[in-house]
Amino acid sequence: MKGVVKNPVYRRRLLAHRIGIALSVVAMAIGLGFLAWILSTLLINGFSALSGSMFTLDTPAPGSAGGLRNAIVGSLLIVGLSTLISTPIGILAGIYLAEYGQVNKFAQVTRFVTDIMLSAPSIVIGLFVYALYVANVGHFAGWAGSIALSLIAVPVVVRSTDNMLGLVPTSLLEAAFALGAPRWKVALMVRLRAVKAGVVTGVLLALARISGETAPLLFTALNNQFYSHDMSEPIANLPVVIYLYAMSPYDDWRSLAWGGALLVTFTVLFLNILSRTVFSQKAPR
Amino acid sequence: MSAHPSVIIKEPASAAVLDASQAALRKTMRNQRIQDFLFHKITMMFALTVLLALLGIIVSLAIGAAPAFREFGPGFITSSEWDPVEDRYGALIAIWGTVATSVIALLVAFPISFGIAMFLTEICPVWLKRPLGTAVELLAGVPSIIYGMWGLFVFAPLFAEHVQPALQNTLGALPVIGQLFQGPMMGMGILTAGLILAIMIIPFIASVMRDVFDIVPAVLKESAYGLGCTKWEVVRKVVLPYTRNGVVGGVMLGLGRALGETMAVTFVIGNAHQLSSSLFMPGNSISSTLANEFGEALPGLHSSSLFALGLILFAITLVVLTGAKLMLMGMSRAEGTK
Repeated sequence: MKGVVKNPVYRRRLLAHRIGIALSVVAMAIGLGFLAWILSTLLINGFSALSGSMFTLDTPAPGSAGGLRNAIVGSLLIVGLSTLISTPIGILAGIYLAEYGQVNKFAQVTRFVTDIMLSAPSIVIGLFVYALYVANVGHFAGWAGSIALSLIAVPVVVRSTDNMLGLVPTSLLEAAFALGAPRWKVALMVRLRAVKAGVVTGVLLALARISGETAPLLFTALNNQFYSHDMSEPIANLPVVIYLYAMSPYDDWRSLAWGGALLVTFTVLFLNILSRTVFSQKAPR
Repeated sequence: MSAHPSVIIKEPASAAVLDASQAALRKTMRNQRIQDFLFHKITMMFALTVLLALLGIIVSLAIGAAPAFREFGPGFITSSEWDPVEDRYGALIAIWGTVATSVIALLVAFPISFGIAMFLTEICPVWLKRPLGTAVELLAGVPSIIYGMWGLFVFAPLFAEHVQPALQNTLGALPVIGQLFQGPMMGMGILTAGLILAIMIIPFIASVMRDVFDIVPAVLKESAYGLGCTKWEVVRKVVLPYTRNGVVGGVMLGLGRALGETMAVTFVIGNAHQLSSSLFMPGNSISSTLANEFGEALPGLHSSSLFALGLILFAITLVVLTGAKLMLMGMSRAEGTK
């Protein structure tokens, strides 16, 4: 039946339509293609570097055997600590925005600033923490890295908590108010509880976001050749080790960098997917 | 409190008991008011940390940048000097690198993002929507350092071998634009950095576009289909005009991301402090200069100039992101009045 279109206007429109659709499909294929290309590169180069010694040995001198133990431990410490810092701050600030954001000018300004901080250049946050902490204390430190990552994580948690709390039906809150509950009880024990899963999603997303952040750590936690869990000293961490080792001329260092990259990326992607499934389990209710 | 007088009139006999219970009630109410007051102030304090962080960044960067601006004046922005030996600095090269890479990224990312958003909202079968949407968002989740490594070790060599010669032979022969595609084909440089940035910001722009495309009322689209429009015409002439602000907001959001992106750019831009008319030549962006030099900069003019670069970067992104946010806010307001 195709091909019967005789009218030149119709023909042109049909052609434009087909080209448009085809280009759209191509665009989608490009997006997915790059994702597949990057992930397969990581798997190919990183898999050969993955081994038991990667988790048991520390970062080596060029030419000798080594692993990433100190960097993994350092990353866990820095990221874990900044999650501990940013989660309560983010959730409470998010509650504030959801509770008072409708009428209060200050809350509206805060919400606006949060959205901007979400996309603020992370390297500038590194500069800020450098000026705030490192310049005053006189040396790089794991704490500074945690502070910098917290500053990046807080807006993520605030934003998602605020959004999630906004989904709670007003009738539920009104029922609680009608029973005579004070506002803080309604906010914490009814509203927050109703979207617990959503708030966890936000925390996981923030965790995913900061796990791969490199730029702010360059001027804060820096790096450490040796195993250390002293947060007041420079401490090794995966992103910076990956950066330094990937830029190095030594093949064994580069191979370690690929191994670390594989580790970081799949952790981040796993957290991303996990956060989606956590929420989607609750969403239909 | 006004709800309770009726209870009092009922049994005037045991007035003492009632007084006691009323006092207890009043006490509870007062406690709750105090608790609510504290709740308000405490949560507000936490919200304040976000504002303080923004102010702190601006103030600390300004303090750090002050010596450089005092020394070089407004000429800092227009000078292309960057000489740690002579201790003379200017921001032009870095600003040019940042702007050029971001503009390339936008030019490439916009049509692709539009295609992806259109695919996800109009073409894609329903059961594929979620997995494909997630896949695109995963692209946003890949850490920027991974893009950098992939760009340097995988993309750049292929780019130098296959794409750059092709570009030079075709576009390079054109009169004016040809200037942009001259020079050695090393795979690294402004153009490569821009392309990697494009891949990185596609998911951001695409997901904003998808979200705004989704809020177009079905009635509008159905009317257009009813008039005999093709799917392409519906997207071009109904969906796109209706969501124009949202689309512009999404693009600006992507621009904001591209401007501040550090690690991926640092890997592939070539890190050379030079100004060149060719996009094949290595350059430097604000963020890559910071990443490369700040750790080793001596206190004094060098580190102060780097702070000044940071301040300029922050100012540019703030303006762009504020614009993006205002556009998107207009979008959701329009949605509210429907």
